[in-house]
Amino acid sequence: MTALGIAAAVKSGERTALDVLDEHLARISQRDTEIGAFNLVLADEARTAAREVDAAVSRGDAVGPLAGVPVALKDNLCTRGVPTTCSSRMLEGWRPPYDATVVQRLRSAGAVIVGKTNLDEFAMGSSTENSAFGPTRNPHDTDRVPGGSSGGSAAAVAAGFAPLALGSDTGGSVRQPAALCGVVGLKPTYGAVSRYGLVAFASSLDQIGPMASNVADAAACFEAISGHDPLDSTSIDGARDPVVAGLGQGVNGLRVGLVAELCAGSARLQEADGLDGVSAVEGVAADVIGRVDAAAAALEAAGAAVTVVSVPSAVLGLSAYYLIAPAEASSNLARYDGVRYGLRVDAANAAEMNVSSRTAGFGAEVKRRIMLGTYALSAGYYDAFYAKTLRVRTLMLRECAAAYAGVDVLLGPTAPTTAFELGAKTADPLLMYLNDVCTIPSNLTGHPAVSVPFGCGDDGLPVGVQLMGPALSEPVLLRAAAVLEKAAPPDGNAP
Amino acid sequence: MSPAERAPADRRRAYPSDVSGRITRDEAAHVARLARLRFSDEELDELAAQLSAVLDHAADVEALDVTDIAPTSHPHPLVNVTRADEVRPSLDRDEVLAQAPSVDDGQFRVPPILGEAP
Repeated sequence: MTALGIAAAVKSGERTALDVLDEHLARISQRDTEIGAFNLVLADEARTAAREVDAAVSRGDAVGPLAGVPVALKDNLCTRGVPTTCSSRMLEGWRPPYDATVVQRLRSAGAVIVGKTNLDEFAMGSSTENSAFGPTRNPHDTDRVPGGSSGGSAAAVAAGFAPLALGSDTGGSVRQPAALCGVVGLKPTYGAVSRYGLVAFASSLDQIGPMASNVADAAACFEAISGHDPLDSTSIDGARDPVVAGLGQGVNGLRVGLVAELCAGSARLQEADGLDGVSAVEGVAADVIGRVDAAAAALEAAGAAVTVVSVPSAVLGLSAYYLIAPAEASSNLARYDGVRYGLRVDAANAAEMNVSSRTAGFGAEVKRRIMLGTYALSAGYYDAFYAKTLRVRTLMLRECAAAYAGVDVLLGPTAPTTAFELGAKTADPLLMYLNDVCTIPSNLTGHPAVSVPFGCGDDGLPVGVQLMGPALSEPVLLRAAAVLEKAAPPDGNAP
Repeated sequence: MSPAERAPADRRRAYPSDVSGRITRDEAAHVARLARLRFSDEELDELAAQLSAVLDHAADVEALDVTDIAPTSHPHPLVNVTRADEVRPSLDRDEVLAQAPSVDDGQFRVPPILGEAP
């Protein structure tokens, strides 16, 4: 049952929120030992919340648009009094003294928080194998990863543990796992959703986004969590266009640009003029490009005009990201010093206590990124790397502005491949980083992007295609995603 | 603007010919001290190699001539956010201190800061 279907049934009294919740809790207890989507299931708290929704309905009180909808939260979103670990030993047992704004907004929309989901430690990774508490497995094939870093949230939705989940996306961490698990994942415009209470990774890139089994549910969740928040100084003020109301309007006349740099091997590139000498990102599989071409054809069939566009700096995104994100992370994670919260390993003096606590609390990938970021910001290297990456961001923003002068949305793959086997990429960090090559540009520009399932690869596993648009274009992105959803082959979405 | 006009190849100089071993063990050890992390020599060697590989990949950015382009540190232009200077409740002190590894008399307790060198 969809999230909006549940909300309608709960509001009408056809079903109770408690009944809906128990159905999902039963699925979790049946299969989550195998999947490992959750760090923590909040059965008691969720039952209390569901009963409150049911009481409100029976009193005839107004209930929110997500009344009685079970929602899973990535475990880097603060929940007051409830452990929030970031899947790190560093924060094991920590109970935040406040709720994230998105958590409060979900609750006031009537949603029922069902648990906290696994992630790559501090959201650093693309497979959810970097969790201190063990990996999450892909519900479509449990020998394979769910993607990451929001792998627990993606797996929870794909396995039917919750119809909605929240993830966070710094370089693709909502969209890539959504693609690998066959669900919808939206990275909203930077500033569209408050980040108050999201544990910081890279503050100029981080954004919270919804994951759902279908476009309408993702849109409804986005509407519920977005909006200005005085507690987040990067939050965008002002009115927003409605999203759900316009979902059925189709794409007739919409101008769609297939991004040449993300689509090496596409038949459309060979037919397009003026693309000689365009360099493309490496490693995007032919079967994935085939699905992107099929998506372009589906949009055309629905009345959109598809052309090929070039965003040359897209090929620089990965390099820029893996300097900017670690640089910001090395600064953000300096707060874990063993003093105010989190793990402390005692030592004879404070400096040694800091070092011992951080060395014991952080896992290998987090340490690697802190090292990389500290290096990139250190004297003598700042100008060679970090300073240049900030100019690459400007270049990318300019090129996107030029592209959006001619098209309304951009189209490309979400992830370079379908879900890979556990352990396949853990030995080579750079190989793992290449998972994010198609998703990173939207984080660097702050623009929104959505991954929508569009059939399967040669191995029968889900493929996601990505729609990208200019700032605050979520209504048109999701409208186009709804068209793709309707045109997608029916077998790509059920584990 | 046609794709050819915007090709980054225009902006790119030749890649450095020697792209391996950019970071030595000693440099990695220096960075670890700055980052307040401790590693064994074997871990430092592995990190030096892995970080070198990432920096090799970043040779494309390193080789760019972008001096004429202004930097972007945030996707949207940020303006300073202010609020009325009114007294409002803050987080409850006891709730915050309850999460601390060690407290004493309403304050965070830490080992001596001066004295023994690390």
